[in-house]
Amino acid sequence: MASVSIDGIVKNYGPTPVLRDVSLSIADGEFLTLLGPSGCGKSTLLRVLAGLEMQDAGSISIGGRVVDGLRPKRRDVAMVFQSYALYPHMTVAANIALPLRMRRLTAIQRLPLVGRLLPGRARIAAEIDMEVTRTAKSLDIGHLLPRKPGQLSGGQRQRVAVGRAMVRHPAVFLMDEPLSNLDSKLRVQMRAEIKELHQRLGGTFVYVTHDQAEAMTLSDRVAVMLDGELLQVAPPQDIYGDPSDRRVAEFIGSPKINILDGVMRERGLIDVAGSTLKIDAAALPGMHLSLGIRPEALHLADQGGQSTLTGSVRMIEHMGSDLFVHLDLAGPDQPLVARLPAEYGPRITPGQTLHVGIRPERVLLFTPDGRRLRGQVELSRASVMPLREAAR
Amino acid sequence: MREPRASTDACHELSSRDGASTFRCPAASKALGRGLREALAAWILAGPSVFFLLMLYCLPVIGVFVIAFTNWQFGAATLSFVGLANFREVIADEDFRSSLRNTAIYLLIVVPGTVSLGLLIALLIEGGKSCRSFYRAIHFLPFMATMSAMAIAWEALLHPTIGLVNQTLSAIGMPAANWLRDEHTVLLALAAIGIWQNLGFAMVLFLAGLKSIPKDIYDAADVDGADLWLDRLRTVTLPMLGPVSMFVVIVVALRVFASFDTVKVLTQGGPGHASEMLLYTLYRESFEYLRAGYGAAIAVVFLAIVVTLTLVQAHLMDRKVHYQ
Repeated sequence: MASVSIDGIVKNYGPTPVLRDVSLSIADGEFLTLLGPSGCGKSTLLRVLAGLEMQDAGSISIGGRVVDGLRPKRRDVAMVFQSYALYPHMTVAANIALPLRMRRLTAIQRLPLVGRLLPGRARIAAEIDMEVTRTAKSLDIGHLLPRKPGQLSGGQRQRVAVGRAMVRHPAVFLMDEPLSNLDSKLRVQMRAEIKELHQRLGGTFVYVTHDQAEAMTLSDRVAVMLDGELLQVAPPQDIYGDPSDRRVAEFIGSPKINILDGVMRERGLIDVAGSTLKIDAAALPGMHLSLGIRPEALHLADQGGQSTLTGSVRMIEHMGSDLFVHLDLAGPDQPLVARLPAEYGPRITPGQTLHVGIRPERVLLFTPDGRRLRGQVELSRASVMPLREAAR
Repeated sequence: MREPRASTDACHELSSRDGASTFRCPAASKALGRGLREALAAWILAGPSVFFLLMLYCLPVIGVFVIAFTNWQFGAATLSFVGLANFREVIADEDFRSSLRNTAIYLLIVVPGTVSLGLLIALLIEGGKSCRSFYRAIHFLPFMATMSAMAIAWEALLHPTIGLVNQTLSAIGMPAANWLRDEHTVLLALAAIGIWQNLGFAMVLFLAGLKSIPKDIYDAADVDGADLWLDRLRTVTLPMLGPVSMFVVIVVALRVFASFDTVKVLTQGGPGHASEMLLYTLYRESFEYLRAGYGAAIAVVFLAIVVTLTLVQAHLMDRKVHYQ
């Protein structure tokens, strides 16, 4: 167990920058997820952390010890790969035992025939066997020890890969998209098991994924990466509800957050999509703003007016518990998705004109360059129909 | 309801594809007609291959088997069956036995030499950064070259007085030898040429095998602590090259077993019978002494050895080799 400190890491592949000055500190025992679309540099950061690749600039310490230039095995980290990277010619037992054999047996003791004759080897080998068996049992793969990876299912291989990582109690667990090769049902199950594993082992976990559901459910904190930069590092609920950057808001949440273009008319009033919203923002009149509105921050209103938006229904998606209603607002290319309770289903038809009210505290304001504009956000209560009345 | 319609469609499709054919499928013989057409199409498509396979492989093999039981002289108009006499003679023949022994020694030097050197060079090329394709090309060149032409170049190199090898040896104070005319060195010299010739082939196959090892497994080995050269080789590279190695060993063994051109061009089996090998003996008996029946018996023995060797190798290595 150890804290991890990443300080100003820069990494280029030729002329292409992959990591631009990434700094991050991870507390002892924390579960931190690096989240981002593919190609954002999250896997590269993990590989730099593991020592599989060298940074061009910056420094990494694990447990207060600077590990720059150390080989992976000297960093006391273990890694679970997306492909599992099990040794296909070895049994499950030999796969899990390998990290221990490499550390505890000398090069001569590891020799195929001569090694067996050396004093002390039998005792160490017996210890290793015992630990392998214990680890395998704790992961429910005790009965698979004599098999080879080729004979196992994806989920079982995944457990073997986790077993190989945890058998030597590393300071930091690194996981590179460990669930993305599993089918969706198994993925949910393994997700729960990884969370449980983290609670049981209490180690520091750094977990790379592009799946926001994994990031939101597993993590103590999520670090959102894009184009080699860390956009925001915060607990999952803040990443969703209080994003500091428009790109973070757009990346997290499904369906995607609605982004509407607006113009500050005067203090407290913003013109957007043919309507006027009463929002107090720290911006000058005439300034262009982007309004981020989560689909569930919208509700049905029975008539148009201030602080409601009006549009025609383009498409309705029934999700069982909810409806995703796609609207075309007035003005050029302003689509809007509202997440409404399923009981409105029979009342909404494509082509119909619909008024939606906005929950005031849920509007996120961004400057044109994507930064979050924090300030007083207030919507006139009177102009918004309560949900129940609108439904009637 | 849908099923018959589909088959009718298939019939129309077939007949329209034929162009010239105006065959229509009557409802009753639909299935039969279709089966017949498919069988016919299969035979037409496979026909050329089957024909040439029979003519070029099966018939000659059968011919050799038949001739092996006769006293046929190459070019003679008559022959008579002599039963197992040719085989009895082959087994009793001291020359044949020394030829077999020479072939075995040659095989035991060239196969391990080729496989280990080929692997070493492949590892060096894969591990290096610059001039990879250059090294690949120069090592592969001997395999592409015509062996009888290359043999003449080797003859010049190994010439007892003006050859580069002996001149180099005497320049550094080592004793020179008459490599191809001394019965103690001739097999070694031929084996060295054999390794030189097959090296590129083994190397190219190993290079392909190395490329197909997933990089993740090396990364895992790094993290697990197997990061020294020898550990990586033993933990990842060699086991993952198993299937390729098996293929290389079998193919190189077969090629080496059937070596002919170096012997024919450089030594003609001499001095004495010191460099006589199986295929050369076969050739000499059949086409120089014109004893086709006896030669055919050697060919049958040769074939039996090759098949046995391959089966044993495959069986032994199959248990050790992991396939993905």
